[in-house]
Amino acid sequence: MLRYIREIEFQTICDYIKEGSSVLDLGCGDCELLHRLIKDKNIKAQGIEINEKEIYKCVQKGVSVLHEDIEYGLSEYKDKSFDYIVLQQSLSEVVKQPDKVIQESLRVGRKVIISFSNFAHYSSRVQIFLKGRTPITPSLPYSWYDTPNLHFLSLSDFIRYCRERKIKIEKKTYLGTKRKAYLFPNFCALVGIFMISQD
Amino acid sequence: MANESLGIVETKYFTFAEAPGELQLESGEKLGPITIAYETYGKLNKDKSNAVLITHAFSGDAHAAGYHEGDDKPGWWDGMIGPGKGFDTDKYYVICSNVIGGCNGTTGPSSINPETGKPYGLDFPLISINDMVNVQKKLIEHLKIEKLLTVSGGSMGGMQALSWLTKHPEKIKSAIIIASAIKHSPQQIAFDEVGRVSIISDPAWNNGEYYGKEAPARGLALARMVGHITYMSDKSMMEKFGRRIRNVKERHKFNTGFEIENYLHYRGSNFVNRFDANSYLYITKAIDCYDASEGKNLSEILHGIKAKVMILAFKSDWLYPKYQAKEIIKACKVAGIDTTSCEIESTYGHDAFLLEIKEETQLIKHFLEKVVQAGE
Repeated sequence: MLRYIREIEFQTICDYIKEGSSVLDLGCGDCELLHRLIKDKNIKAQGIEINEKEIYKCVQKGVSVLHEDIEYGLSEYKDKSFDYIVLQQSLSEVVKQPDKVIQESLRVGRKVIISFSNFAHYSSRVQIFLKGRTPITPSLPYSWYDTPNLHFLSLSDFIRYCRERKIKIEKKTYLGTKRKAYLFPNFCALVGIFMISQD
Repeated sequence: MANESLGIVETKYFTFAEAPGELQLESGEKLGPITIAYETYGKLNKDKSNAVLITHAFSGDAHAAGYHEGDDKPGWWDGMIGPGKGFDTDKYYVICSNVIGGCNGTTGPSSINPETGKPYGLDFPLISINDMVNVQKKLIEHLKIEKLLTVSGGSMGGMQALSWLTKHPEKIKSAIIIASAIKHSPQQIAFDEVGRVSIISDPAWNNGEYYGKEAPARGLALARMVGHITYMSDKSMMEKFGRRIRNVKERHKFNTGFEIENYLHYRGSNFVNRFDANSYLYITKAIDCYDASEGKNLSEILHGIKAKVMILAFKSDWLYPKYQAKEIIKACKVAGIDTTSCEIESTYGHDAFLLEIKEETQLIKHFLEKVVQAGE
């Protein structure tokens, strides 16, 4: 299930990105997304990743990657150094200060693409409400003691954040278990993908 | 072929800059003729696009890989250079030369000064990292190579790669800078100064005029002992020597025979047989005075450069700490250079760039493939 969601998530992000643009992927892992973007969209790719093991995989794929912390790595770039900054699941999983990283991403990139798992999916709600347990869902399939997630947020949380910070949401896609979720997304969607910008 | 040795290799020599065409050095002085000792491995392809220049560290030489006739030890980076290795000699034409100011075949203070017929000694002009690179450039031109696929080296070799990148970016497609820095910190200069003072304080040094007489062996050995401490880490020393004691021949009150002591003595006295004290002074001075940023922001100098850059550092390297690699990376990022970096987990300290062959191979091999694919 997670694999299936990731695939659609990747495809959606690829669709957002214009041919021949420059992309910085924060927390790029093994550079699978950037590698795909190089092949499909002929982009100029740069990854940032903290895990040494992943660096070897990125280099093997021929993707340029910096072995750095996201927060530190981002601050060194000049304004609008990239057409797109991508935070694919990084916001909830690896970023310690999401607000700071989003603001910095909006400074360094023309557009920022953020995807994260929706904590307000109905199965989460049921598990909290009826069982009184920390939810485990297809997009958040981890127990509390070994989860990579540092932050739990819902689609509504993020939209509200953008409104407060005067950040423009240019595109958004919500993914359900089998298809894109159009109705009551904060209730039905497992993953949200947003493309944001700021003047 | 996979990871085979190059077998027997030979050092070659090229002489240039004969009067009146002496080489202009950064100091303003002129030097010539200059002989450069170099080795090559693999074959240069038809369009001369597969040449790789390896730049050696402080005490290295042109003999980077393979074996010299009769030797039982290979060149200093043999693990990285050969058929199927990181710098795959089935694919690439690998060149390594001894630096100017050195003592292993390239003109240096121990070479004969044609004006006097005697070794230069301190009449040898001060040289710089950029001078080393200018001499390498003459060699590359002699070999009829227009553009290098990459320049790669560790420590002082990394500074040379950086010098190629800043001074001759049009001549290289990429640079691999390992365990190096934009410029030396006061701490690095301090260790070098201890080494220099150690040599100069040896009465046998005699203002650099010791050729044909007793060499300043004690001073040079002591300098090397300090050097070796800085090349290792607390952990690597603990793993390699612990507090183990060996029997010692000359027993006196303070000679307890700790293995680390014996190791340093051995390294010190061994070095005297292969290195010239004056070269030590000249080369460490060149390293200490080098500043790739020339007092500016390195990013300004790197701006617009098309070459791809790989920067490698090692976790336990306290002589060239992580922040120095980060300074190079930052400059590349600001300048918009296509950059890859990795801080490799290692306990070997600064020596790691000579020892962490598996990791370096994995990174460099694929990086070079990418540079080849990128074309012009």
